[in-house]
Amino acid sequence: MLSRVRACRRGATLGVLVLGIAAVVVGCGPGEDSDSASSAKGTPTAKTVTCGKDPVTLDGYFETGFPLPKALTDEFTKQYPNVKWKIREDQFAVITQNAPRVLADDPPDLMRLPQVSELVKDDLLLNLDGYAKAFGWDGWPPSQLEQLRLAPGGRPRGEGSLYAMGLNFSMTGVFYNKKLAERIGMSAPPKTLAELDELLAKAKAEGMIPIQQFNGGATGGLLFPLQALMAAYGPTGPINDWIFQKDGATIDTPANVEAAKHLERWIKAGYFAKDVNAVDYAKMMSRFLDGEGLLMFDGDWESGNLDKQMPGDVGFFVMPPREEGGKQAAMSAPLTFGIGARAEHADCAAFFLNWVATDKRAREIGVEVGGSHPMGPPDAYMPSVKQGTVTASTLEAGSAIAEDNGAMDFIANATGAIYAKSWTPNIQKLVAGEQTPEGMLKAVQGDYESQVGG
Amino acid sequence: MLDTLDVSEDRPRAAVRPRVRSSAQPAALRTPAWVGWIFVAPALLIYAWFVLWPLVLTFQYSLYDWDGIGPSTWVGLENYSKVFTDPDLSKTIVNAFKLIVFFSAIPVVLGLLIASTIRQIAGSRLALVARTVVFLPQVIPLVAAGIAWSWMLSSTGLVNQFLSLIGLDGVTRAWLGDFSTALPAVGVIGAWVLLGLCTLLLLAGMSRIDQSLYEAARMDGAGPFREFVHITVPHLRQEIGVCVTVTVIAALAAFDIVYVSTQGGPGNATMVPGLEIYYQAFSERHVGVASALAVVLMALVLVCVLPIQWLTRKDSG
Repeated sequence: MLSRVRACRRGATLGVLVLGIAAVVVGCGPGEDSDSASSAKGTPTAKTVTCGKDPVTLDGYFETGFPLPKALTDEFTKQYPNVKWKIREDQFAVITQNAPRVLADDPPDLMRLPQVSELVKDDLLLNLDGYAKAFGWDGWPPSQLEQLRLAPGGRPRGEGSLYAMGLNFSMTGVFYNKKLAERIGMSAPPKTLAELDELLAKAKAEGMIPIQQFNGGATGGLLFPLQALMAAYGPTGPINDWIFQKDGATIDTPANVEAAKHLERWIKAGYFAKDVNAVDYAKMMSRFLDGEGLLMFDGDWESGNLDKQMPGDVGFFVMPPREEGGKQAAMSAPLTFGIGARAEHADCAAFFLNWVATDKRAREIGVEVGGSHPMGPPDAYMPSVKQGTVTASTLEAGSAIAEDNGAMDFIANATGAIYAKSWTPNIQKLVAGEQTPEGMLKAVQGDYESQVGG
Repeated sequence: MLDTLDVSEDRPRAAVRPRVRSSAQPAALRTPAWVGWIFVAPALLIYAWFVLWPLVLTFQYSLYDWDGIGPSTWVGLENYSKVFTDPDLSKTIVNAFKLIVFFSAIPVVLGLLIASTIRQIAGSRLALVARTVVFLPQVIPLVAAGIAWSWMLSSTGLVNQFLSLIGLDGVTRAWLGDFSTALPAVGVIGAWVLLGLCTLLLLAGMSRIDQSLYEAARMDGAGPFREFVHITVPHLRQEIGVCVTVTVIAALAAFDIVYVSTQGGPGNATMVPGLEIYYQAFSERHVGVASALAVVLMALVLVCVLPIQWLTRKDSG
C-alpha cells in the first residue's frame, strides 16, 4: 500500500514538470481503499460504559445558532466535573459539506450530523448497537430511532444497526397568528383539509398573506406544506420507504400527485407571498413575527422563540386529515448526533447521549431550551410546561402523532443532494408556473434514481 | 496635462548606459545562469505547489468517480461527456456567457463614457468625487455588496420603492426571485462592481494620450464625438483589452455575487459553473464531475481570453 502511494507521488511530481497529463495513472486513483477505512473499535457491550474518574476532554462539533447542545454539555460538566468539552461550531450547511472530511481526518467524539447514509457508506460513523444494548435504548419506542438505523453500506435506512442518536426529536406542523385568526373568525384549528382551505380563502379575501413560507435561494421551503399535504392524501409508509431508499420506492404516486396539485392550487390562488421565491428562512420568520401572515409551516424548534417574541399570540396545529377524525401525520426527526468511527472517547460520548435521554435535569433542558420532545422510554419523566404556550401545544401534538404512528422523516433527507439539486429547483419552478405537479414528482424521482443508483 | 511631456524631455538619459555596460562585461564577471534560478526558486516552488499541483490533481480527479473520501473508480472521459450532455451542467455554461454581457459589455462601454466625461471636467472637484463614487464598489467586499443589493432588489426594496414612486407599480417584483429577471439582476450587481475598475483603468489610459493629438483634431474641426471615436478609443486599445479580459474572466468564473444573492436559484435560473462546481464537489460529493467542469471552465476562459489578448496587443506594439 505504502509503496503504491510513493509510486503515485513520483509519477505526479513528473506530471508537474510536464504540466500534468502524464501524472494520471489508472492505478493511482484518489481516495482510500475500501478495506482500509474501517478501523472502528469493537463496540462495548458491558454496562460499565462511563466517563470514568480521570479528567477527560471531549471533542464536540455542533451547529451554530442552537443553544441546546451547549446547555446540555454545561450541565453534564456540572454533574461530572472530570469531563471538559472542546467545542467548535459551524452553520449546518458547513457541517453538511465538511462532515465526511472532518470525520475522516479529525473525528470528533460527538458531532451534529447531516443526512447519514453516505457517512455510513464510507465507514465514518461508530456503530452504536453495543451501546444501545448496554443502555437499553432498544426498549424505547422504535419510531424514535428508526431514522437512525442503516443497513450495511448505508442503504436502506430505517432498519439495521444504529449509527446515531437524537438529543431530542422535533416535529413540524402549522403555526398560526391568533390575532389574525380572530379577524377571520377562526377560533380553533381546522379539523379537515377542506376547513383549512376555507380559512385560507377567507384570509386571502381579507387581504392577508394566508401562508408565510420561505422558498428562496437554495432553500425550497414549500416542501413543508407539500409533505403535509402528502400525509393528508395518502399513508406515510410509502413516503418513509422512499426517504429510506428502500428498493422500488417511488415518490411519484397518485396520492402524492394529488397533494402536489393541491399545493399548486394554493399557489395559483395567491395563498403564498408574491415574492415567495425570494424569501429565505430568516425573512419568513421576521415577517411572521411582524404579524404578516396567518399561517407558517415550520418546526417546533421555533416554539421557544415564538413564545418569547409573540407571547400568547401563536397557536400550533398538525396538518388536518381529509376526513374528520382521520389519522394525522407530521414530519418528525431526531436532532441527530453521532460518534466518529475513530473517536478517542467514544464510551464517554455514548454515556453522555444516554444521560441526555434519561437524566431528569437534562430532559428539562431539552424541553426548556430545545422546545422539543426528549428521547427516551415512553414512561420517562416529562417536564411540565406552562399551558397555553406554543411549546405546550407542540409537545401535545407530538404525542398525538406518536399515537397515530404518523412520524415521517423530511422528504428532503432522502439523499444527500436531493434537496438542493432536485426538490428546490423543481418546487421553485412550480411556483413560477414553469413546472407541473406531475412533472415535478417525475423529475425528482428521476434524480433520486440516478443518485441512489450511482 | 502638458506637464507629463515636459518631464520626459528633461529626463537624464542614464537609462541607456547599463545596457551597454552589461553586454561589454567580461565573461568571468558574468553571473552564471543558475543564480537566476535560485532567485526564482521560492516563487516558482510556491507557484508549483499552490497552482500547478492542484491543476494536475484536478485533472486527475476529473477522470475518476470519487465521493471525496472512499475508494475511487476510473471512468475515463465519462465525467466530461456528462458536463456537455447533462442539461443541468451545460446550462450553467450558457448562463456564464449571458453574464458576459453584464460583466463585460456594460462596464467597458459605460466605463468609456464615464471616463471621458470625467476627463472633460478633470480640473474640477466634481471629477474627484465622481471618480471616488464610481470606484467605491471595488473597495466594498463582494459579499457585502451582494447582501446590500439583495435588499435593494427585494420586493419591498429600494428599487421597487422607486418604481412605485414614478408610477411603475406594474413592473415591481422580487427581482432576484423571478425566473426571467434573476440572471439579469445578478448581472446588474456584477456590472455595478466592475464599472469602477474599468473606469479607473480607462481614465489612467486616457491621461497617457498625447494632448497635441486632440489639439490637432480640433484644428481640423473635429467635435467631441469624433475625437472620442478616432483618438480616445484607438489609443485605449490596451486598456480596453485589460478591462475586457478581467471582466470576461469575472463573468465566466463568477461565484461570490451569485452565491450571496441567489445561491443559483430560483430553479437553477442563475446557476453558473463556479457555483455548480462547488455544489457538485461539496454537497453532491461528485468530485469527478466537479473537477471535469472545472477543467472545462478553465479551457473556456482560455479560449475566450487568449483571442482578446492577441487582438488588443497586435497593432499597439
